[in-house]
Amino acid sequence: MSYHFNFAPILAQWPLLLSGIGLGLLLALVSIAIGSLLGLVVAFATRAPSRWLAGLAFAWISTLRNLPILVIVLFLFFGMPQLGLSLDKINSFILALSLYTSAYMAEVFRAGLLSVPPGLIEAGQAIGLTRSRIQRDIVLPIMFRNALPAFGNNFVSLFKDTSLAATIAVPELTYYARKINSETFRVIEVWLVASLLYIVCCYAITLILRALEKRLVLEAN
Amino acid sequence: MTPIVEVRALHKRFGELEVLKGIDLVVNEGEVVSIIGSSGSGKTTLLRCLNLLEEFHQGEVRIGGESIGYRQRNGQRVRASEREIAGQRAMTGMVFQAFNLFPHMSALDNVTLGLTRVRGMSRRQAVELADHWLERVGMRERRDHRPAQLSGGQQQRVAIARAIAMNPRVMLFDEATSALDPERVGEVLETIRSLAQEGMTMVLVTHEMRFARDVSDKVVFMDGGRIAEQGPPATLFSTPESARLQAFLKTSSL
Repeated sequence: MSYHFNFAPILAQWPLLLSGIGLGLLLALVSIAIGSLLGLVVAFATRAPSRWLAGLAFAWISTLRNLPILVIVLFLFFGMPQLGLSLDKINSFILALSLYTSAYMAEVFRAGLLSVPPGLIEAGQAIGLTRSRIQRDIVLPIMFRNALPAFGNNFVSLFKDTSLAATIAVPELTYYARKINSETFRVIEVWLVASLLYIVCCYAITLILRALEKRLVLEAN
Repeated sequence: MTPIVEVRALHKRFGELEVLKGIDLVVNEGEVVSIIGSSGSGKTTLLRCLNLLEEFHQGEVRIGGESIGYRQRNGQRVRASEREIAGQRAMTGMVFQAFNLFPHMSALDNVTLGLTRVRGMSRRQAVELADHWLERVGMRERRDHRPAQLSGGQQQRVAIARAIAMNPRVMLFDEATSALDPERVGEVLETIRSLAQEGMTMVLVTHEMRFARDVSDKVVFMDGGRIAEQGPPATLFSTPESARLQAFLKTSSL
C-alpha cells in the first residue's frame, strides 16, 4: 500500500469547511433552543390533569421518536410545499430538527420532573407558596439540574444530526466535504478532515457542558 | 386561654379506608401537644390535615379562629381556592421527618424564600430575620452551605428555622427526629425544647416518649383513627386507662 496523502487541495478550502461547521453549530443551537422549549411544554403536558392532553403529549413523543430524522427532514422539505407551505431549506431543516429534538428533550425533562422529590413540593406548600411559585422556585431549578447530563448527551447527538442537512443542500460541513470530494477526488483526505472537525466540535461541546454540570448538578444528599 | 388549633369531628378517608374517624382536638396558645400512637394510627395524617397537605372529607379545622381548606357555597362544601389555601398554610409551620430542604439553595435562601415570596419582605429584611433564626438554632455560621454539605441534625435545624421564621401561629413537627442518626437526635430535640420554653404553640407527632413526657402540656394517644386517650403527660404515662395505651407504652421505651 503506498497511498500518498495530499491535504493541500482540501486545506485550500478552509473557509468553506469552517463556514460549514459554523452553520452546523448554528442549526444545532437554534433547533435545540426551539426544541427544548417545545419539549419542556410537552414534558409538563404529560403530567397534565387532563387525560386528553397527557395522551396527546405521549403521542407526540412516541411518534417523533419512532421516525428517523432523515424522513422528517425529507418529508418537510419536499412534502410541505405540496400543502402550500414552502420553507427555504435552512428553515425547513430547523423545523425538522426542532420537532425531532422536542421529543427527546420532552423525555429528558420528564425524567427530570420525576426526579423532583414530592417532599420538596410539600415543603414549598407548607411555607405557603402558590402552585406557580413552587414550579418556578423549586421544581424547574431542580429539574434542570437533574436533566443536565442527559441534556448534554442529546446536544452532541443532535449536533451530529445536522450532517443530514446536506441531503437537502444546506451548506453545512458534510455538504461542503462532499462538494470538495467531487471536485478534488481526494476522498480520504476530505473525509478525514471533516471527521476531525466533527470530533473536535463534539468534544468541545461535551467539555463545556461538563463544566456547567460540575457547577450546577446537585451532589447527592 | 385562646385556642389556636380547633379540630371538630374530623373524618378522612384514603379511598375506602377511613383513617381518621372523628377527631376532636383543641390546642391553646403556648401549649405543646404531643401525638403518640403506633404507625397506622392516623397521627401523621391528622397533623397533615392541620396544614392542608391532606384533604379531609368531613368536619372542620380552625387555625387562629379561621376555618381552613373548605368553605360553604350554596349549602355545598367546596375546597377553597389555591390562593386561599396557600395563605392558610402559611399560618402553620411544618418540620418534616425527611427535612425537605431545597437542595439547590443555601441554608440562608431556604429560610428567606418564604419570607420574600409569601411574606413580601425585601431581601434585606428577610436576610436579617433569617440570620436571627439561624443564629437561634445554631446554624448561622453555616448559612451559606447547601443542604448536602450539612449533617442531618444541621439540616433539620435549618428546616426548623425556615418554618419558624414565617412567624406561624403553630408549629407542626412530623417525627422530626426519626430520620436522624442517634447521636444527632439530641441537638434537634434541644432546639425544639427551647422553642417550647419560649411559649411557641406546637403539635408534635413523635416516637420519643421521654421527650413527649418532658416537654408536653398534653399528650394525645391515637389508636385506629381515633383519639383513645388524652391528658397531661404525668397522668397519661403513669396511669394509662385504656388497655391499648398500656400495651403501647409497654413496647416503647421510656
